[in-house]
Amino acid sequence: MSFIVDHYNYWIVVLLMMMGFYVVIAANNLVKKIVGLNIFQTSVFMMYISIGKVNGGSAPIAAEGITTYSNPLPHVLILTAIVVGVATTAVGLALVVRIKRAYGTVEENEFEDKEDLI
Amino acid sequence: MAEIIDLVLLGMLAITAFNIIFIKDLFTVVMLFGIYSFLSALIFVNLDAVDVAFTEAAVGAGISTVLMLGTLALTGRKEKASSHKTILPLLVVCVTGAALIYGTLDMPLFGDPDNPAHQHVAPRYIEDSPQEIGIPNMVTSVLASYRAFDTLGETAVVFAAAIGVLSLLGLPKRDRATIQSGLKSHLVLRVVAKMIIPLIVLFALYVQFHGDYGPGGGFQAGVIAAAALILYALVFGLPMATHVVPPRVLKALAALGVLIYAGTGVVSLFLSANFLDYSVLAEDPVAGQHIGIIAIELGVGITVFAAMLCIFYAFAGQTERKNIQ
Repeated sequence: MSFIVDHYNYWIVVLLMMMGFYVVIAANNLVKKIVGLNIFQTSVFMMYISIGKVNGGSAPIAAEGITTYSNPLPHVLILTAIVVGVATTAVGLALVVRIKRAYGTVEENEFEDKEDLI
Repeated sequence: MAEIIDLVLLGMLAITAFNIIFIKDLFTVVMLFGIYSFLSALIFVNLDAVDVAFTEAAVGAGISTVLMLGTLALTGRKEKASSHKTILPLLVVCVTGAALIYGTLDMPLFGDPDNPAHQHVAPRYIEDSPQEIGIPNMVTSVLASYRAFDTLGETAVVFAAAIGVLSLLGLPKRDRATIQSGLKSHLVLRVVAKMIIPLIVLFALYVQFHGDYGPGGGFQAGVIAAAALILYALVFGLPMATHVVPPRVLKALAALGVLIYAGTGVVSLFLSANFLDYSVLAEDPVAGQHIGIIAIELGVGITVFAAMLCIFYAFAGQTERKNIQ
């Protein structure tokens, strides 16, 4: 049981990463690819936060009577990464909108043979 | 108890992600992604990362869902069947996954206080930052003081992303003469929105200025304030929203935030300290740290607010244009 609890978070992270990666490669629709990319990204966030957790620890805000805190450093890295992540997702979605305008479709297999059309 | 909650929530997260793969209706996919973000926020709370959970709930479930829906309005909500074979991607993903699972067996045990990640620099932050910086929230101390240079870079990335979206899509013109959009017939929505929008803005200000003492800070506050105006634009229409906060003001604000941040660094340079070393901003080093953190958090908040709202305006302007055509 303790072997599972000790590694469960990492396994789920890998599983999420696999699912996100699969959607990025295999999905036909560009919007869905971006959703996949976001799942991939969240799996990395989950990895960092899992590493920062200390058993019996508390949120890293100093308070009386608390001696053990979780590691604040991964929290800082991921907090900013989430906001940067949504900003870059927005750029990706903007590109999708422009692709739709130029090619009339956002399905990968449909604009493969329309290369000269812009 | 915390372990059981962790097991259940992570399981639910995996199931949600698994469903996203197979559903062809993209509207459902985006809604599931909103659920996915909320579940991640819950997991972050359970893993003691309250600041991160805050950000994920505001950004993941709020802003990115709205942006994705805006894109769907332009590109259509059905995914067509792929003509590609799925065996090769499946193989690549499984091989990568198997290699990573094998790698996790050598990972430090989850939650063990003796893990390498909790040695070196982390104890220094935890033990010294409440006295050295003088604020209880260690995440804010590290974000805004110890690693302020990183955060400056990230603020600049948000600003750059907003410029990228604007150059791809352009901002809508401030013009009230265009057709009225918004949800005119939904009286309940309009009344409720009018009541809660001021409260959301008030909460954003609280998060902005109380971030030193509790969870919160410029990133979260900026996103929450932007969410308030996005709600306004959704209910009362884009022309009204661009009348309240004109796009050109937003452009100036996005740059102003980065300027405030970098300017604080330059001021500390002129007071003969390192870039972004706030200790010299006041007689007492701890008071100086506090002034510096408030200034740069304000810069971050302004940039994030303006960038998020600019991005939303750009997408909403596209949708509006399509509706007129």
